Amino acid sequence: MIMAKQKKTGEIIIQIDGKKVKAVEGMTILQAAQKADIFIPTLCYHEKLEPYGVCRICTVEIDVSGWTKLVAACLYPVEQDLVVKTRSEKVDKIRKTILEFLLAHAPNSPQLQELAQEYGADKDRFEKESSFCILCGLCVRYCAEVKKKHAVGYVDCGARREIRFIPEIAAKECHSCKECFPLCPTSYLQAAFVLTQAVSSR
Amino acid sequence: MPKLNSAAELEKWRKGVLSRRDPDKPSIAICAGMGCFGHDNGKIFAAFEKEIDKKDLKTKVYLRATGCHGYCEKGPMVIIYPDEICYMGVTPKDVPEIVSESVLGNKVIDRLVYADLDSGKKAVHPSEIPFYKNQMRHLIGSNTKIDPQSIDDYLAVGGYSALSKALMDMSPEEVLEEIKKAELRGRGGGGFPAGWKWKTARDAPGKEKYVIVNAHEGELGAFMDRAIFTGNPHCVLEGLIIGAYAIGSHQGFIYTRHDASRMKNNIDTAVAKAEEYGLLGENILGSNFDFHMEVHLDIGIFVSGESSALMRSIEGNIPEPRPKYIRTSVSGIWGKPSALNNVETWANVPLIIDKGAEWYTATGTEGSKGTKLVSLSGNIVNTGVAEVPFGTTIREIVYGIGGGIPNGKKLKAVHFGGPMGGCIPESLIDTPLDFDELAKLGAPIGAGSMLVLDEDADMVDVTRYFLGFLSNESCGKCVPCREGIRQMLKILINLCDGKGKEKDIELLEEISEVTGAASLCALGKTAADPLLSTLRYFRDEYEAKIGKGESPAEKRE
Repeated sequence: MIMAKQKKTGEIIIQIDGKKVKAVEGMTILQAAQKADIFIPTLCYHEKLEPYGVCRICTVEIDVSGWTKLVAACLYPVEQDLVVKTRSEKVDKIRKTILEFLLAHAPNSPQLQELAQEYGADKDRFEKESSFCILCGLCVRYCAEVKKKHAVGYVDCGARREIRFIPEIAAKECHSCKECFPLCPTSYLQAAFVLTQAVSSR
Repeated sequence: MPKLNSAAELEKWRKGVLSRRDPDKPSIAICAGMGCFGHDNGKIFAAFEKEIDKKDLKTKVYLRATGCHGYCEKGPMVIIYPDEICYMGVTPKDVPEIVSESVLGNKVIDRLVYADLDSGKKAVHPSEIPFYKNQMRHLIGSNTKIDPQSIDDYLAVGGYSALSKALMDMSPEEVLEEIKKAELRGRGGGGFPAGWKWKTARDAPGKEKYVIVNAHEGELGAFMDRAIFTGNPHCVLEGLIIGAYAIGSHQGFIYTRHDASRMKNNIDTAVAKAEEYGLLGENILGSNFDFHMEVHLDIGIFVSGESSALMRSIEGNIPEPRPKYIRTSVSGIWGKPSALNNVETWANVPLIIDKGAEWYTATGTEGSKGTKLVSLSGNIVNTGVAEVPFGTTIREIVYGIGGGIPNGKKLKAVHFGGPMGGCIPESLIDTPLDFDELAKLGAPIGAGSMLVLDEDADMVDVTRYFLGFLSNESCGKCVPCREGIRQMLKILINLCDGKGKEKDIELLEEISEVTGAASLCALGKTAADPLLSTLRYFRDEYEAKIGKGESPAEKRE
């Protein structure tokens, strides 16, 4: 990061949805779009955190020497004359399916429901497996990167991945903090539940 | 052992090693590869030691536990030199007879040699045994002659002469040019030109650069990297040092498995010995080139073999993939240029430098040069590791080397590349082994595992198996991969349980499209490949499971 700051940053012009947009080298597509008031949906992005690029809802289409490429806007670095489309048939289909995947776990999340309406996602497309957690990792990363406490983390991998509070740390740190609760895109109560479960199981 | 300070000292030492060896003295090579290990080869080795001790032959014969001979099906394998008598399925009680008849005498024990399954015709030497004679063993051929713990054994077969040549007679640019001219393509799965990758790392800004051996080999049914690295660790090290010289790197990493202790042990010994001999470390062979090496172990996760996850792991982070919008050869470990190749790719390097790109490119096809190691498993007579020139047809591999399908069954398909690979049906087995030809058929060569499936294989069930594996082994970080695999697997399980529904095939195709397009790393992007290839060639089996058309099993009856 220090290296990046020291680097001389130049202003460049990119094109988003046909509009010429000023951006600065080192920015991501998402940052450039936000600066120009162009909306790209996100679920795992938070301005205080390092981009994570896992929800893939910010997938956009870019043009690389005549080839269309799908990339995560929150991670892809801008370059001079980059051409970005924030909506297309492909992009919308990806977002719709991602929302349908996630609604199987958290059907009542207002944030998901709102996006579902925009992209025509059917919340009943896939069989319900209500874990209430969509593994965006906001709580995990906020605790690690901002609070530097690591009170909540991931356990297991693949389809069995879930979040857990570490009882020893959570018992000491969480009751006076809870700053991660409002970040949760599915349910404040869910975070509280997982925390209680961890602390009471001690 | 004094440190070797120049090319001349290396050659002098090599001459010394050779002069202390009598080529006519009997030498017993016992396969200590993984397949034979499963057949208790340790007991065979102990029995030979005991017998040699008993007959007081210690100074009269060489005894070595070597790397994998390749013919895993017939293990434990023992080869007696100088006559090159190849014994198979050896047990400890055969040992005294082998010593008295074939080591001391020159008789062949009939019951222990290869016999053709149909005709019963015997064959004594590898050059007559179909499994071996149809191969071109440029890389694995030395395995039978080397004790992996002995650097002198490697020097005796010409080891480290390519390194000496590169350091003394060639500039880094010339080495790079030679690799580019040889058109060496990465053997780990992608088939990306190694020379270009090296050049990118070389040209990338920054003084500190890294070279990495990916020895993770997690692909199901792939066991050729282990055969090479366990059996001949120095050839991989030599390739890596040469690569580092070309790229301008002074630090290398070997990333391997925590659960392959023999391989780890042999690598550790090889690194220590190379350091002792002055082939690793400061001022290698007096060339002013410094290069150091570290060995890292995985934590047992499949996806840690993915290059960006592997680099995270070496940094000390959780081995999860990260997006490669900037190539790892520009920004890899700690953001430094990092050239990663797999074991087999590095193993090819000394050969190219030693014999030249022109010699190397004489073997292979238009787009795939040299030889390829393949591991044969599944419904095939000869399981094992084989090495063939690119361009060999799949038929020649399955029938000529593999001995065909057991139990009189018919071949149905050959699956390449493990859980993220694809298959070709029997009707296409005259396709040559070639990166591009196989990729066109939706069955990229991957790392070279060939899973042979006979007529009884249920292709939907095979696909379910692969997706089940990936569902556990995906890191679970990104949604399209984690959730896409979860939903595809659910449908496949239902299909296999007879609970398939009308629109299941279309739904599978739709999910696979999103997973392939939107996932973060190659695991997710290619997770649906087995599904897509079985749908391409065996759609009728899927249709039969949802009550459409005739069941392929019934059709056969």
